[in-house]
Amino acid sequence: MKENSLWKDAFIRLTKDKWALASLIIVVVYSLVAILSACGFIAADWAQEVGASNLAPNAEHIFGTDIFGRSVFQKVVRGTQVAMSVGLATSLIAIPIGVVLGAVGGYFGGWVDDFITWLYTTFSSIPNIMLLISITMILGKGLFAVYVALGATSWVTLCRLIRGEVMKHKEREYVQAASAIGGGHTRKLFKHILPNVTHIVIINTSLQFQVAIKSEVILSYLGLGVQGEPSWGTMIDDAKLELARGVWWQLAGATLAMFIIVLAFNILGDALRDSLDPKLKGK
Amino acid sequence: MTNYIIRRLLYLIPVLLGVSFLIFLLFNVVAGDPTAVLLGKNATARQMEELREQLGLNKPLFMQYLDVVKSAFTFDFGRSWATKQEITYMLKQGAYPSLTLTIPAFVISTVLSLFISLFVAYYRGKGIDLFIRFLCIAGMSVSALAYILGFQWLFAYKLGWFEISGFEYGFPEFLPYIALPAIIWIILSLGPDVRFFRTVILDEIYQDYVRTARAKGLGEMTILLKHVLRNAMIPIITYTVIQIPFLILGALLLENFFGIPGIGGMTLNALNNSDFPVIKAMAILSSVVYIIFSLVSDILYTIADPRVKLK
Repeated sequence: MKENSLWKDAFIRLTKDKWALASLIIVVVYSLVAILSACGFIAADWAQEVGASNLAPNAEHIFGTDIFGRSVFQKVVRGTQVAMSVGLATSLIAIPIGVVLGAVGGYFGGWVDDFITWLYTTFSSIPNIMLLISITMILGKGLFAVYVALGATSWVTLCRLIRGEVMKHKEREYVQAASAIGGGHTRKLFKHILPNVTHIVIINTSLQFQVAIKSEVILSYLGLGVQGEPSWGTMIDDAKLELARGVWWQLAGATLAMFIIVLAFNILGDALRDSLDPKLKGK
Repeated sequence: MTNYIIRRLLYLIPVLLGVSFLIFLLFNVVAGDPTAVLLGKNATARQMEELREQLGLNKPLFMQYLDVVKSAFTFDFGRSWATKQEITYMLKQGAYPSLTLTIPAFVISTVLSLFISLFVAYYRGKGIDLFIRFLCIAGMSVSALAYILGFQWLFAYKLGWFEISGFEYGFPEFLPYIALPAIIWIILSLGPDVRFFRTVILDEIYQDYVRTARAKGLGEMTILLKHVLRNAMIPIITYTVIQIPFLILGALLLENFFGIPGIGGMTLNALNNSDFPVIKAMAILSSVVYIIFSLVSDILYTIADPRVKLK
């Protein structure tokens, strides 16, 4: 009988949890919406006037229209693209830096490790919000600055976790066995140890993704994020002035869209931890 | 023990130098020359030169770095570009409104979270536990901005229970101004706090000493309060201590929305005015405070838990 691989096992465990499965589907749907919007298939003409100004939600415009008569639903879709791109870019910056530095520090120890520990202690000593504000303010407003700022703040946790785990693994028998048959450092680290710590990357990314989305919304609200395109943060900023006049749908649309994806990533992150690291189950 | 504390104190030096370097790199190297922006487009070359001199920007980069390091130790941050006031003075002015909001909110949310997490730990695995856990995750998934806007609109604007915005000095005059932002702060903290405290308490519940206590016939409540809570207090205290620096940072968004003239609101104003020295000062100040409190938290951990090896 063929044994399931570790990953297949974990996937089966994950899909048995109906909350996790639902979250996974939500993440896939949001990703598809973001990709379709980025390619211009949907919400490409979000800037077009589709009706009267500030229409309440109705059958034709399910989230209503904004002050310029643009469809709030289309803006939400466009905002999804921005939010997901920020989550993705943050992960693409944070994962290589966090994994490489963490693995090298944990594996080699000595002064290399001292240096890497110092580096992430330094980064984590500046409260995230101040580092985010400083970087985006100095690099100038826009998505690029948001990517860099979130990348700079989010590799730290991953680096610390990977370093700790690699330190534990390098003393294990399977690594000693690999040295005994003549495996070099690179081979031991990349071929043997790293595959055993991949689950940390996956769990951490799922949680980091939602932190990135939440941060993007706040940075965009502060006017530091995406310019000239709708984001959930700028929609909430618009709503600040509109609420007193009873226009609540921009706030509701943006908040609802963000709530669903952040909740999905939260539940998925917990479920991934349970299924990839069953030792922790029930805690 | 003393050795450990001394070594930990000495480690502050490279970390502080690193933080200063990062801030120096951002504000003095990447940010470029601010004089053109500050003086407008009609500035003469001489005016720009004078301003550079005044701001200390014509010094060699290394000397500028030393200035940043010095400010981390002396807390002398110079003057704001927007208000021309001493930043130290502005910080002192903002401390009172900020702390009247953050300290009560922090204390209440921590105590409340502890009670809720003990409650859910007692009923672990039951419906109420699942429900509160879901509520925590759901609560954490709503944007802080949505809470602020929604609550301000409903409770202050529509129902008129609280002041919409502003601040008054002195107790009890400030109460109507800080009550609603404090409530929002508490709601924002409950989710992550309860989740963390619950995990920590449940970590202890599966330990051998709890099984022993149960075997000798102690009631679940006694076990929870007398044995589990005492051991769980160690991570809870360190988690709580490490949050104190953020009280000093103020509540950025809350102060901004509710017109509270605190440090957080000051920071956001500086952001809108591109007031670099204030943002730089806040970055340095908050890092220094954070570093100090993470040291305190580490030391408390080793004092509270003798099992922790002092290496």
